[in-house]
Amino acid sequence: MIVSSALMIWKGLMVVTGSESPIVVVLSGSMEPAFHRGDLLFLTNYQQEPVRVGEIVVFKVEGRDIPIVHRVLKLHEKKNGTIKFLTKGDNNSVDDRGLYAQGQLWLTNKDVVGRARGFLPHVGMVTILMNEYPKIKFAILAFLGLYVLVHRE
Amino acid sequence: MHSFLSRGNAIIAYSLSVLALLTFFCFLSTEFLDYRAKAKISTPKILVKNVPDYSASRRENDLGYLTFDLQADLTPLFNWNVKQLFLYLSAEYSTPNNALNQVVLWDKIILRGENALLDFKNMNIKYYFWDDGHGLKGNPNVTLTLSWNIIPNAGRLPIIQSIGSHSFKFPSEYTTDRL
Repeated sequence: MIVSSALMIWKGLMVVTGSESPIVVVLSGSMEPAFHRGDLLFLTNYQQEPVRVGEIVVFKVEGRDIPIVHRVLKLHEKKNGTIKFLTKGDNNSVDDRGLYAQGQLWLTNKDVVGRARGFLPHVGMVTILMNEYPKIKFAILAFLGLYVLVHRE
Repeated sequence: MHSFLSRGNAIIAYSLSVLALLTFFCFLSTEFLDYRAKAKISTPKILVKNVPDYSASRRENDLGYLTFDLQADLTPLFNWNVKQLFLYLSAEYSTPNNALNQVVLWDKIILRGENALLDFKNMNIKYYFWDDGHGLKGNPNVTLTLSWNIIPNAGRLPIIQSIGSHSFKFPSEYTTDRL
């Protein structure tokens, strides 16, 4: 019941925001002091609102499983509307060309997972803790399971 | 009935919901504020060169260079739900190659409590002004705008353009000597 409603909410958010992952947790310090590890970002990805310079985009790079959250530094748009852009982390001293796939110089719309629209601090720390220390996750699960079994009325 | 666990659970649940409510009120209290402000920009020095772009294609591209003056008072933008302003100066222009080009030339992070009264004279740009081709030489209309991205404690992440931008044109000859 809980699992299925969580799945429904997630899929519903995907439809409303147009992003394949509407909520992401910041995993690195490359956008400090704006975003720290464990902060939560809400994304949208409406195709009718084109990407512009200064926006914070979340993008995927071939060969890396974890999406990156960085700011758009440069953008060129052709007459037919196709865009290419370059990103940089606020806390990094150089742009992201070194992070992209080998030989890749620009990002395009198909690399974008979403654009950051909302911010909530620290809440994502729970998921980071659970992923880095699986023992905590198992302990919580075991505790909850026991609790349910013992506290049957 | 009132075991240690149930008391602990009640305290944690209650404080979490109070925190969530307070955060929501913090967001609501600043959601409808006006974050616009004026900025005065000018460009004392403008050059354009034609050199190989080793960061990208290695082809020769137009490289613009300029210094700028900037005056703006952003102190009124800060309140209890503004953690940081991300300021950036961007150049916007069109070329035969591209209908729209946007290049960030300079940026600055201002945290709450830091000096937000800006008065810069003859500042150098922070990032290279590379064009995607040869669209800078003689370009008649390049617009410089100051914008800011507001980073709240919790809430939306709006991007606001300053009132007042500056347009200039690039010289129609390349500069060949060193900058």
